[in-house]
Amino acid sequence: MALLEIRNLHVKVEGKPILKGLNLTIEAGEVHAIMGPNGAGKSTLSYVIAGRDGYEVTDGQVLFEGRDLLDMNPEERACAGLFLAFQYPVEIPGVSNTTFLKTALNAVRKARGEGALDAMQFLKYVRNKAKPLGVGDEMLKRAVNVGFSGGEKKRNEILQMAVLEPKLAVLDETDSGLDIDALRIVSEGVNALRDPARATLVITHYQRLLDYIVPDRVHVLADGRIVKSGGKELALELEAKGYAEYVGAAAA
Amino acid sequence: MESPDWAKLEIAPIDYQDAYYYSAPKTGDGPKSLDEVDPKLLETYEKLGIPLKEQEWLAGVAVDAVFDSVSVATTYKARLEQEGIVFCPISEAVKMHPDLVRKYLGTVVPYTDNYFATLNSAVFTDGSFVYIPKGVRCPMELSTYFRINAKNTGQFERTLIVADEGAYVSYLEGCTAPQRDENQLHAAVVELVALDDSEIKYSTVQNWYPGDENGVGGIYNFVTKRAHCIGRNAKVSWTQVETGSAITWKYPSCILTGDNSVGEFYSVAITNNRQQADTGTKMIHRGRNTRSTVISKGISAGRADNTYRGLIRMQPKAEGARNYTQCDSLLIGDTCGAHTVPYIESRNPTARIEHEATTARISEDQLFYCRQRGIGAEEAVSLIVNGFCKEVMQHLPMEFAVEAQKLIGISLEGSVG
Repeated sequence: MALLEIRNLHVKVEGKPILKGLNLTIEAGEVHAIMGPNGAGKSTLSYVIAGRDGYEVTDGQVLFEGRDLLDMNPEERACAGLFLAFQYPVEIPGVSNTTFLKTALNAVRKARGEGALDAMQFLKYVRNKAKPLGVGDEMLKRAVNVGFSGGEKKRNEILQMAVLEPKLAVLDETDSGLDIDALRIVSEGVNALRDPARATLVITHYQRLLDYIVPDRVHVLADGRIVKSGGKELALELEAKGYAEYVGAAAA
Repeated sequence: MESPDWAKLEIAPIDYQDAYYYSAPKTGDGPKSLDEVDPKLLETYEKLGIPLKEQEWLAGVAVDAVFDSVSVATTYKARLEQEGIVFCPISEAVKMHPDLVRKYLGTVVPYTDNYFATLNSAVFTDGSFVYIPKGVRCPMELSTYFRINAKNTGQFERTLIVADEGAYVSYLEGCTAPQRDENQLHAAVVELVALDDSEIKYSTVQNWYPGDENGVGGIYNFVTKRAHCIGRNAKVSWTQVETGSAITWKYPSCILTGDNSVGEFYSVAITNNRQQADTGTKMIHRGRNTRSTVISKGISAGRADNTYRGLIRMQPKAEGARNYTQCDSLLIGDTCGAHTVPYIESRNPTARIEHEATTARISEDQLFYCRQRGIGAEEAVSLIVNGFCKEVMQHLPMEFAVEAQKLIGISLEGSVG
């Protein structure tokens, strides 16, 4: 059984069709990349998988470990092991990073049938996860994403991912707005979570992130469909040729 | 006298002839130990995590529980007596410490002050009295838990706290009432007197029955709370978390007479469903270099209305006085209201007054972000709202803060679809 299986997915946003029959299968242990031009439906795909309101599924199926993902609310999906690293992480004033992470982790642990961590156990756990990402105690105490730089926000997303240890992580343009150093730190964080039982779906516009997070499969998303799939070399080809041929092909 | 109508509240007419002005506990004479307290009352305390039983985490708190109008349990009295501290029902204080009561009662809130204060002054039968002698720092947080549990019991408590020169006391007040059908009136009066170099910290967590989702059956909370900083360098700090009552009409205030005296007001007011709150403070600066800080956080959900109403007045002699006011409102949904009504009067050109106000909504983005991390919708609202209230919550004593955080979550249950 595949970890994630998307069959013939059709999605409308405000009445307008965005995804038009998308198929995608991700097995545990794999890293997939979805690339494509702006407006192809990349972010729509990530939001539909995560369960955001405002996306109307008109046809198709999304199965996560065989379970109907579309029938679950966002927190149930998260507790089942699905994680979305946001393109634009959200600020929550007055709520410290530590409190947020602890509340999230304990919610997920509860769903897994594990006991809640107390303050001391949690602090030890989170410091271990934070250190390789260059997230210090000071950043843990600050309010979630408030006043964070672009790079700090993305590192914070990866920290949340590391803490929650999801089965499937969807990274939505995590590379946007990152300099090379931040890109390397973020990629190392993602690679550290590579595991035969987990999978990652990297959504990106550019090839450079894939130099650091090397994918098993690369897909081209254009006009709401996967129009081509291949190995990691496909990313290099796209980088050289651009998306023009796919935009034309999809429209034709 | 006539009932005041200037607040932004819709109040159904109150039949004062239908109220009970004195109601003793039905269990008969006051119990001598906790074993004799009505188990149902203890159960309610238990649910709220209120430590009438000497639970370890709260050991050190003396509880003077008032239900209906007679005090039923007083603990840790001996420890307080050692320090010369008086903490007793005001009915007892009248007999045991008549000079103190006579000297201060009614000096901060005179019986002519307002409609509800007059009502209270005329009919009050009990409440709490605290006196901290010169130079004494009260070794524990003093707390009183009020509960209205008899049918049609008008509650008219009277609280008087006096901090003598150089004294310090932290006083906690928390309330709960079981579900019932008819509106109940609560018109308490609280007077605080702070002499030279003394400090009084008064914290309230109020979660009286707010009525059902249609607003039926909730408590009317019409309370007059005022402090008088008579002495130099005196300080009074009001912290309140208001989540209950159908209607709240409450303005804990400070009269800053002594030079360099300080008044603070930290407030969280949450209204959900049909609740209405018109609350705020008055800071009357009379002395030189007096300072006041007002931080108010109003949260509205459902079809509730939440108003901050505050007066900052600088009297002619208030040389160099300063005030800072910050009013933030948070809206949940699109059928509730938030209003800010600041009154600012300065009669001294050297005085400085700052006022900041914001209004915001819990965004879909924030909710989705939390839920994507596994946090359920209601817990997410509670988390976001607690973050919004943080500046106020951090002024609450530790054990109270934990209870208040839970309460914020409970009061907003059902506010998101």
